[in-house]
Amino acid sequence: MDTKPSAVRVRGLVKRYKSLIAVNGLDLDVVQGECFGLLGPNGAGKTTTVEILEGILPYDEGQVEILGRTWADGRKLRQRLGIALQETYLADRLTVLETVTLFRSFFAKGRSPKQVIELVGLEEKQDTWAVRLSGGLRQRLAIACALVGDPELLFLDEPTTGLDPQSRRRLWDVVLDFKSKGRSCILTTHYMDEAEQLCDRVAIIDHGKIIAEGTPQHLIGTLGGSQVVEFESSIKMDEAFCKSLKGVSTVSSFDKRWRLSVTAQNETVPALIDALRAKGATLTHLATRQASLEDVFISLTGRALRGDS
Amino acid sequence: MNPLAQLFLARIREFYREPSALFWTYGFPILMALALGLAFKDGSGKAIPVAVVDGPFAAERVAILSADPGLIVKTVASENASWLGGGMLLEIGGEEQLVYRFDPTHPDAMAAKRKVDDLLQRAAGRRDAVPTKDQLVQARGSRYIDFLIPGLIGMNIVSSSMWGIGYNIVEARKRRVLKLLSATPMRHGDYLLSFILARLVFLLSEVIILMLFAVFVFDVQIQGSLLWLSAVTIAGAMAFAGLAMFIASRTNNTETVSGLINLVMLPMWLLSGVFFAYSNFPGWLHPLIKALPLTILLDAMRAIINEGAGTAQVIGPFAILSIGGAVFFYLAVKFFRWT
Repeated sequence: MDTKPSAVRVRGLVKRYKSLIAVNGLDLDVVQGECFGLLGPNGAGKTTTVEILEGILPYDEGQVEILGRTWADGRKLRQRLGIALQETYLADRLTVLETVTLFRSFFAKGRSPKQVIELVGLEEKQDTWAVRLSGGLRQRLAIACALVGDPELLFLDEPTTGLDPQSRRRLWDVVLDFKSKGRSCILTTHYMDEAEQLCDRVAIIDHGKIIAEGTPQHLIGTLGGSQVVEFESSIKMDEAFCKSLKGVSTVSSFDKRWRLSVTAQNETVPALIDALRAKGATLTHLATRQASLEDVFISLTGRALRGDS
Repeated sequence: MNPLAQLFLARIREFYREPSALFWTYGFPILMALALGLAFKDGSGKAIPVAVVDGPFAAERVAILSADPGLIVKTVASENASWLGGGMLLEIGGEEQLVYRFDPTHPDAMAAKRKVDDLLQRAAGRRDAVPTKDQLVQARGSRYIDFLIPGLIGMNIVSSSMWGIGYNIVEARKRRVLKLLSATPMRHGDYLLSFILARLVFLLSEVIILMLFAVFVFDVQIQGSLLWLSAVTIAGAMAFAGLAMFIASRTNNTETVSGLINLVMLPMWLLSGVFFAYSNFPGWLHPLIKALPLTILLDAMRAIINEGAGTAQVIGPFAILSIGGAVFFYLAVKFFRWT
């Protein structure tokens, strides 16, 4: 991996807003051809980090190299990047084709606007004003604008937040297609399934710092078990009880609910039911599923990803 | 595929696809010119409504006054009856002694009283000591409409520059369009220049439409050189475009910029002599009024259109507006915030 050229290299990045430290000593390496995900709850510093990488925000300390260059020689670098901001609004009364054509004109070389519009599936809407597009279609337009310069590195900041499932799928396909051409991509998201689908590697950010980094499989592997059992019981059980069950590697809880990382659900679930019965308690909730990055985040921070409670 | 051309096209499209922008730029000034132009077109032509109170002399007075085409004469049964919804400017009553009842603060009532009194006195045998004859003159460039049209053009230049550039830039910043654009390789100067170029096109169209309207509907004539009129108008528009860009250079709050725009525009609309001459204001205010950019523009435009002013009188205002515009642009670009 070290032999591949670097797409993004960050060392000791710090960004302060008055009293708040938004990014607190962040290191990051993304190689070319990789799709890298920044995960974390709202306010974790994802957008600030990405906007520094995009050369939009200044930073206070550290080094940032994009495609082997610094932002000191900015405009040339911009020719090689595609950027979609979080919740972009484009000009209301320009059509899809006009908007993409406008963005194409900023780049010295790139793809034809019609080709990109087709790629994101907006060909039937190409003469529609941006203001008349639904949120999902508008986001596709923003991605089309980011792709029309045929970038080497694509930045997507929460590309599918608030979108319907169909639009999400479509955008995932666009990103996977982009990746298949050997291009690099950095995306932020708080959807764990999105990161697992799209990203070769992810970093989990909390309070402006990376608290875990690796492939999605690797991070899920750190839980000790690839499966999850969640339960609630009529009498609240303690951690010792949960850890004593067969096949349990790590446990976490919020409210009355226990979350167990296990190696084999089919062994743990009968053991759980038997143990509860022995204590005279009954199950009020039981769910089993494959472990996800969400579980990684909860086990690292003790908090759920969405919401700050 | 030239970026400046594309940005310019985007400005033009955004403008003509916004019906309210079209109305405020083209429709509103023409409606203003029409309404005010007609209201003040011909002050002498209007017939004056007067009332004669019934009595022994009433029939005779009605006969005398009715002979004058400038009066509409009505008989009323009793004194003061005519004020009640009658719209009368003057009531004529009394018997041996004529009694005129009118509101002295109404500008037409005094004229009506003088006219009626003359008619009745002459009919009763008064001889004028010196014979008189009225010669009505309508000098070119001295009518109210001649004064008004440059005022409306100037007002329009100010408001369309301010709203068209100032408001739209702040809205683009608020909606993070500026941020997105600044993340592309677009040259920042191209974006700002596209507003200026589009403004020039709209300016030309709005001034030409309003001028044609004035020439054909109100017979306004441009006495001076068209070249100087264009130069001064463009310099004025650029000064206000620069001012608008400066106002919009930092804020991302559309309410703030609306407030700033009104703060800049209102004093100029009131003081600079859009609708009436600023000579009506007290003398100590004049130096201040004359320093306002709209006053400089309007005085120069009126001098060219109505007095045929030439290079000598116009070059000063032209230079001031041009330099002012350049300074505002410089400041705007220096302070401009993209995020």
